[in-house]
Order: sequence, then structure tokens, then C-alpha cells
Amino acid sequence: MKNTIAMTPELVAQHGLKPDEYQRILKLIGREPTLTELGIFSAMWNEHCSYKSSRLHLRGLPTKAPWVIQGPGENAGVIDIGDGLACVFKMESHNHPSYIEPYQGATTGVGGILRDVFTMGARPIATLNALRFGSPDHPKTRHLVSGVVAGIGGYGNSFGVPTVGGQMGFHTRYDGNILVNAMAVGIAKSDEIFYAKATGVGNPIVYLGSKTGRDGIHGATMASAAFDDAADEKRPTVQVGDPFAEKLLLEACLELMQTGSVIAIQDMGAAGLTSSAVEMGAKGDLGIELDLDKIPCREEGMTAYEMMLSESQERMLMVLDPAKEKQAEAIFVKWGLDFAIVGKTTDTLRFVVKHKGEVVADLPIKELGDEAPLYDRPYVETPKRPVLDAKKIPSPVSNREALLKLIGSPDLASKRWVWEQYDHLILGNTVQQPGGDSAVVRVGEGPRGLALTSDVTPRYCEADPFEGGKQAVAEAYRNIIAVGGTPKAITDNLNFGNPERPEYMGQLVYCIRGLGEACEELDFPVVSGNVSLYNETNGRGILPTPTIGGVGVIDDVTKSMTLAFKAEDEIIVLLGETTGWLGSSSWLAEIAGREDGAPPPVDLLMEKLIGELVLGLIKDGLVTAVHDLSDGGLAVGVAEMAMSGGIGATIAALPFGLPSHAELFGEDQARYVVTVKDKAALDELSRRVGAIVATGEALVLMTVIGKTGGDALTLPGEMPISLSELHNAHENWLPSYMAGEL
Amino acid sequence: MKSAVITFPGSNREGDVIRALRQSTGHEPSSIWHQDTELPKGTDLVVLPGGFSYGDYLRCGAIASRAPVMDAVRAHAAKGGLVLGICNGFQILVESGLLPGVLMRNAGLKFICKMQHLKVGRADTAFTSAYNEGQIIKVAIAHGEGNYVADADTIARLEGENRVAFRYCTAEGDTKAGNPNGSLNDIAGIYSEHLNVLGMMPHPENLIETLVGGTDGRGLFESLSTLRGAA
Amino acid sequence: MKARVTVTLKNGVLDPQGKAIEGALKSFGLEGVDSVRQGKVFDIELSLTDKAEAEALLKAAAEKLLANTVVENYRIEILG
Repeated sequence: MKNTIAMTPELVAQHGLKPDEYQRILKLIGREPTLTELGIFSAMWNEHCSYKSSRLHLRGLPTKAPWVIQGPGENAGVIDIGDGLACVFKMESHNHPSYIEPYQGATTGVGGILRDVFTMGARPIATLNALRFGSPDHPKTRHLVSGVVAGIGGYGNSFGVPTVGGQMGFHTRYDGNILVNAMAVGIAKSDEIFYAKATGVGNPIVYLGSKTGRDGIHGATMASAAFDDAADEKRPTVQVGDPFAEKLLLEACLELMQTGSVIAIQDMGAAGLTSSAVEMGAKGDLGIELDLDKIPCREEGMTAYEMMLSESQERMLMVLDPAKEKQAEAIFVKWGLDFAIVGKTTDTLRFVVKHKGEVVADLPIKELGDEAPLYDRPYVETPKRPVLDAKKIPSPVSNREALLKLIGSPDLASKRWVWEQYDHLILGNTVQQPGGDSAVVRVGEGPRGLALTSDVTPRYCEADPFEGGKQAVAEAYRNIIAVGGTPKAITDNLNFGNPERPEYMGQLVYCIRGLGEACEELDFPVVSGNVSLYNETNGRGILPTPTIGGVGVIDDVTKSMTLAFKAEDEIIVLLGETTGWLGSSSWLAEIAGREDGAPPPVDLLMEKLIGELVLGLIKDGLVTAVHDLSDGGLAVGVAEMAMSGGIGATIAALPFGLPSHAELFGEDQARYVVTVKDKAALDELSRRVGAIVATGEALVLMTVIGKTGGDALTLPGEMPISLSELHNAHENWLPSYMAGEL
Repeated sequence: MKSAVITFPGSNREGDVIRALRQSTGHEPSSIWHQDTELPKGTDLVVLPGGFSYGDYLRCGAIASRAPVMDAVRAHAAKGGLVLGICNGFQILVESGLLPGVLMRNAGLKFICKMQHLKVGRADTAFTSAYNEGQIIKVAIAHGEGNYVADADTIARLEGENRVAFRYCTAEGDTKAGNPNGSLNDIAGIYSEHLNVLGMMPHPENLIETLVGGTDGRGLFESLSTLRGAA
Repeated sequence: MKARVTVTLKNGVLDPQGKAIEGALKSFGLEGVDSVRQGKVFDIELSLTDKAEAEALLKAAAEKLLANTVVENYRIEILG
């Protein structure tokens, strides 16, 4: 198709550009765009690349702290973890492609996020993933679960990074829109971080990695209308991940970075060559000139448009020191990778693309990003829900039965079926496997370690986006503290519905505000993130899902903590306040069949005070097990500790004066369950709690609730539940469901 | 004891096994590239580490087994030198003919990563002298194609000549119930005819520290580290 | 010249993937499926023009790499 094809309203609309956005283009460049230029604008100005609906609100997020080396705006966030080392991390979504082709969608999601980390010079040391699927009854769910899990494992295992944690939940609101959020974490020397910003005029721009094909090109009409007799081959293809190619790319890039020849480097992800080239130039206040004749292609007859928009995987773009070209080439050859000099930096601040001797695009490079639409979309606040009175919600079943049902429910059941398909042991540094509060990985030979977690409670966000946003960050904070980590920073992957609908836009706005407030109060800034909007089918959007990937540092990883009960006859203590909060709880949904009520409020000061208390207890060796409470409340938390440790417990009648099911399953926030060995430890714990209360800052409560021991869990007034009965309920749901037995 | 670890494109557990060798022998193993045609002088032990060499494309270990360095490995083995192939390394050894049989897709068709108990076979080889015969050890597995298959004659020979190095089992030693991938006779690892080449699917190199799950894997490396002199 | 090498498992070698596929086909109600064995197809473009030379080359390729002759058979076709 000719580059100078006439622009029509249909063509513009097919490129996802609104009429007023097109007018913006005309005004910016003073003429009609060529087809290639239209493609470039459609890529740079789409929601995914420009954040046009969310940028305004994201500006309010706290992104700084003394330990933050690089906040949002680069390929990934970077924090200082001490000893000259930095942790580089980010989470990204690959939602829509995973619904269409679950294996490849998941695989390329993992590949993309790994590249974002190693492009900055960090060797990936762990990945996590947060998955949301539709109702288990939905006909597509099993197929999607199977494909996504196989895809994540297929890529991570082959690439050679351990997949150490994550979340998996099910809800009918994800029936038509699953969520696949992948997080990668890497380690680099803090003074050897590589950025995308190009420097130096006339420096060569080098393409490295797999050849370019027609993967992921949008606007099928464009490509297939062009060439009649070979139409089949010209059709855009599903992006297929090649973890082997990525492993070669990783090793080559890291070697290259050691030689000092890399001036700037950027991976080609969404909008491929277009966004990486534009960003490199724009960040460095330089122009870029590309010669598409030099692009390594795996298909015949690719047009300029196709080359600029291709989303072929496992490719990097870099600016190299021309003096070191031979050295660089030797490394590419060693690892068997395609490379080519495809352009140069200029001082014109123009983005010029040439193909077959013609200029097919000539655009102002900074304005491509800077002049992207910025929307202040109308939004409405979610109406507040009433606070539910537990006394008015009787339990239809015994607490014993409720516990068994809850730990075997889709969201709370063991996900072992999933994580045993992931290599979680490679690199020999996995101190805490999946199943605990956070994953814990040692950094190199130690003693330092990282605590890694992924959290969000979508039903809370649906009920009250502001409180839900706060809660997601607070839970990540607690999960890191619970393993003995000091929370340092988060990456946020915001998954929401259609921002053009005010009620969904309101969810986005208020969740971001809630996130922001929690990050501010907890000294837990956002260093990277991703936004995925338009997750809706037939006008019905997903539950608002701001996934939080949290990273904490553990100074001595041999002193990290787990939630398993460690010995018999230890004292079980509940820290924090219990008001029997049933609104928007798991119990309410699973046992009472309701999804209403205000979600539990988050008291950030309390989270901070109790968090610091618990961290101190762990560091001083005063506690033997720690678990933060979340879904399913106290009873589920204690059951998890018992199952993990293979030691039972007896919980005494609770003193809160509330209906027993509310005491046991209420989801009040800012609470932990800890065990102490003896009275001396208990007394010290009391003393420390008393010291906080004495400052007048907050009324931190502690309650002795029982003792460990035996081979059963006994709730107040109930027949004991044997560990094997608990274990079966917890472990069986997912494998039976996937085998089609349910 | 001088060791050399080969890295193929796509190998990814070379770091793990280098650490295990370093910790047990006190020496740094040499790193060999798949295109090298010679092993370092005086090499006692060659290690083919775990990973997904060549992405496991075509067949696991197939392309790697044809690498230039493998001629040197074959020569080393023929002279009685020690060769250890772990996971993908085992797959490369069977593809290269240094060990018999084939590693096929796990019977459950899925990749499995978990702690796995093994029953140690004979304890009189260079690899197992630090264990006792019949000892039950806890190591790890992480593979999608660990299902050991061979024809009846080969199996008879392996069993008859006491060349089954390790068998999968439960913590209590039940081999059938403990088999995670359908391997014939629950075989997790085998020796060559002269006991100098060992191929095993499980990962002892990941169980060398209590911090990351246990130390039962140390025995293999300690056995090797007690060797003196070149083969 | 275009050629195709088809690699299949030898009879008697267990094929769990083939079995799983067989089960899935039957579960779709496709009567008449007795068994399935999964194999691989390699489509190879050769710069040779002599048929005998091509066959010799392909045989070597199959023996040396494409098939694991311990458990697999292969079939060579010159397509034109």
C-alpha cells in the first residue's frame, strides 16, 4: 500500500485515533500524515504508550525516597538495596492477548517484562505474576488457566529465572477479560544502570535480536488489503515468544554492557521500533534517522508501516560507542544474534524514517510524546456502601464448616498446581517458596535478601476504590514485614475498565488516590508501573484491579520469617484491632452469597506502627512465626499457619463481644498473628505494645488467642478439624477443578 | 579435583553447579564454552549443567549433543574421565550416546518443580562415596522431559550391572509412589558401563544449603571432592 | 528443491502426548478415532537440483539430527 495513500475518516478511525486527535496531528505537523506517520501516531498516542487517560492522575503518586535511584519513566524502576547493589523491577500486563491466545499471550508478557529489566543492565533473579480469571463455571476458564500457566512456565523456565510468587483469583467480572500481570526483578550494580536516553550526535543506532516479522500489527485491513495474491502470508500474526532467543539476548546484552560500548539501550516492546526509537531520541534531546532497508526481516516485502509497527519479540535497540563496534560485533556473533546498524542520532530533533531511498516519515521527535493527548476524563465517585452489622448477618453454617469451605474456595485454595509448573528453585537462592506471605530470595551469596509480593483485593476496590487502593498497598507492606523485610518501593499495574465511562474512570481516579495516600504514609513509593484500560466486554468492565508488586529488603536473609507454626505449645498472639468486619469479605461472598457492604477501612498510621513493631520483633528473635491477616480473616490465617507447619492449634473463645463468625472471619486490616515461645517473649511483646500505646499515637491492641499443638485445629466451641482434613480441603480444589472433576 | 562446567546456548543452571563445586572442593571450576574443542589440561570432571540448551528445540539436548566440545567430552570419558550430566546435561548425554536410553515428556505432560526424594543406588562410585547404599536423600526436580525410557535389553543391562544410580521415591522410600514422571523402573539417574559417566534428572546442586531447602545434595559433590589426581 | 522429512515415534514407544490428544478427540465426540501418535514434520528448502544428491543429504540430516533413531523413524519425500 502506498505510503502516500489518502487519509480518510475510516482509515483514521481504524488506527484508533479520534477525530480531534487527528486534528491535533494536522496542527502539529502542518499537513496530512503519510500512512507510515499515521501508524506511528496511532502507536505513540494509543492508551498503552501515551497513558492519555491516566497520566493526569498518576502525577500525584509519590515516587521519591532516599533509596530510589530511578522512578517511573524508564524501562523499569530502580532502588538502592545497599552494598553497591540496586534492584530493578517492574510489573506489566498482557491482558487482551492472553485472552485470545493464552499460552503465547502469557509467554510474551513474561518476555516483555524480563527485557524491561535487563535492558537496564540488571540480571533478572525472580519473577512473579498476578492472574485473574473468570468464574470457574465459565466455559473458557479452564482452558485459559491451563494456557496461561503453561505459557508463564514455558517462558520463565526456559529463560532461566525462578518464578517465586504471585496471586491467582477468580471472579465472574473477568469472564470476558482475564488479567495476566507479570513482574520481573533484577539486580545490578547501582553505578552500572543503563538508560534509554541517547547521547552524542551521529552515533550509530544498532538493532539486536530476533528478526522482524508481522507479529502483532494492528489494522488488519492495512496489511491484507495491500497484496492480493500473497494475502495469507501478509496477515498479522499472533506474537510468539522465543525464550531461547531472549536468553541469548540477555547474555549478549550483559556482556556488551561490561565492555562500556553501550551508550543507550531500549527494548522493543509495545509499538516496537517506533516507540523505542522515538523515546531514545526524545529523552536525549536528539533526532533519530532510521534506514529501514537495514532492518533484519524474517518476512518478504515488509512495508515501512509494518516494520515500524511490528511487535516481534526479543529485540533491542541501542546506541553504541562507534569506537567499540568491533568488540560489540564479536559478542553478537558469539551469541548468534542478528544485529544491524539501522540508523543514527542527529541534532535535528526530527524522527526521520527512510525506506527504499524515500523518506516515509518525518516528524518532530519530542512532540510525538509531549503532544500526545492528555485527557481529564469525566468521572464519578463510586457511591459509598453501608457498613454491615455482623449481628444482622447470621451464619448459615458452623464456623468449622465455613473454614473448610473458605480454604477450599477458588481464591483461597492452594495454588500448588500452578507453582509446581514453574521452576521456582533455579539459581539456588529461593529462601521462601510460593505459598508464604512473600517470596524471599537471597541476593547473590547474601547476606542480603529481597522480599517480593503481589497484592490487591479487587472486591474491596469495587466497593470503595479509595479504600481498596489503600488496602492493596497496605497488604503488600504487611506481606513484606511478615517475612522480616523492610518495605522499600512498589510497582503498580493498574487494570481497569473503559475510561470513557465515568463510573469506571472514577474507579481509576480514586484507586490511584488511595494508592498514593498509602504510599506516602508508609514511605513506600511507586518506582514503575503500567496501566491497562478498556478491560471490558459488552459494556461490562472488570473489577477495578490495581495490582501492587512490592519489594522489600531483608538485611540478613538467614533471619527471614515464615508463617508456619514451628513448635508445639507456643503462644498465639493476635496484634491489631478486631471489629468483626464482614463487609465485602470472602466469608460474605462464599458463605452468605453476598457481595455488598463497605470494605474494611485502612488506618495507615496503625499499619505503620504495627508493621514496625512486628519487624522489630522479627529482627530481635522474639517471635517464631508471623502471618499477616487478609482474606478469610483470623481463622483462615491460623489455618494457613497450621497447615504450613504441620502443627495444630487450639483457639480460645475470643473476647471481642462480637458474633463468633465475625470474630473469626472478619477482615479488619492492620492485623498480624504471631507465635512466641514462652512467657518471657510474651512479656517483652506486651512491653513493646505498651510503649506504643504510651506515646498516645495509637491504641495498638494485642490479644492472646490460643496455643499451638496437636494435629488438629480447634476453633472456639467447634469440633477439631484434623490437619489432614484441612490439608485435603486446601490442596484439592484446584487440581480437581483443572482435571474437570468438579 | 579439577572440574570444568560446559555452557551451551540456553544452559541456565551452570551457576548453581559451579557454586556447589566451589563450596565442596574449595576450587573454582573452569567454564567451558560449547564451541571450545579442548578441555583444560588435567580436568578430572566435566559437568553438563541443567537448562534449556537451544531452547529444547527439536529434542531436549539434541542440538547441544552435536556441539564441537562434545568430541572432547567423549574422549575424556573414553579415557575413564568423570562426566556428570544434570537434567538437560543428562538429556545431552543420552543424545550423544554416552549413556543409553532416552528422556521423554513427563507422563503427566506438565513441567514439575518440587522437592523430590531419591534412593541412592550403589555407594562405591566417584559420585556417591559420601552416601550410603539405599540412603534416602531429598533433592529437587525441575523438568518437563524427565521420563526415562529404554528398551527391555537396556533396562535389563542397567539393572543387572547395578548401574541405576538413583531411583525416585517417597520420603519413606516407596519408589513407585514417589515417581513423579513415569520413568521406567523409577530411574532418576544412571551410570555408564565403567561408572565414570553419571546422568541424572534431579538437581543435587540446589540442595546444598539449609537456607534454600536442605543439604542432601552435598554428598554428591563431597564424593567428587575427595578424589585425588587426574583420571 | 522442496523436501519434507516426517519423524514419528517407533511402534511400542510410549507417546503420552499422542494419548492425551486421542483422549481429547474422543471427548469431542469424534467417533471412529482409534489412536493417535504425534510426530514432527520438517519442510526443507534445498539449493541442490539433483534428486539423488538431495535424498542422500536428507538421509544424513535425519540420521544425524532430525530423528533420534533410538526411538524415532523418519520418512523422506521430495516435493518438487
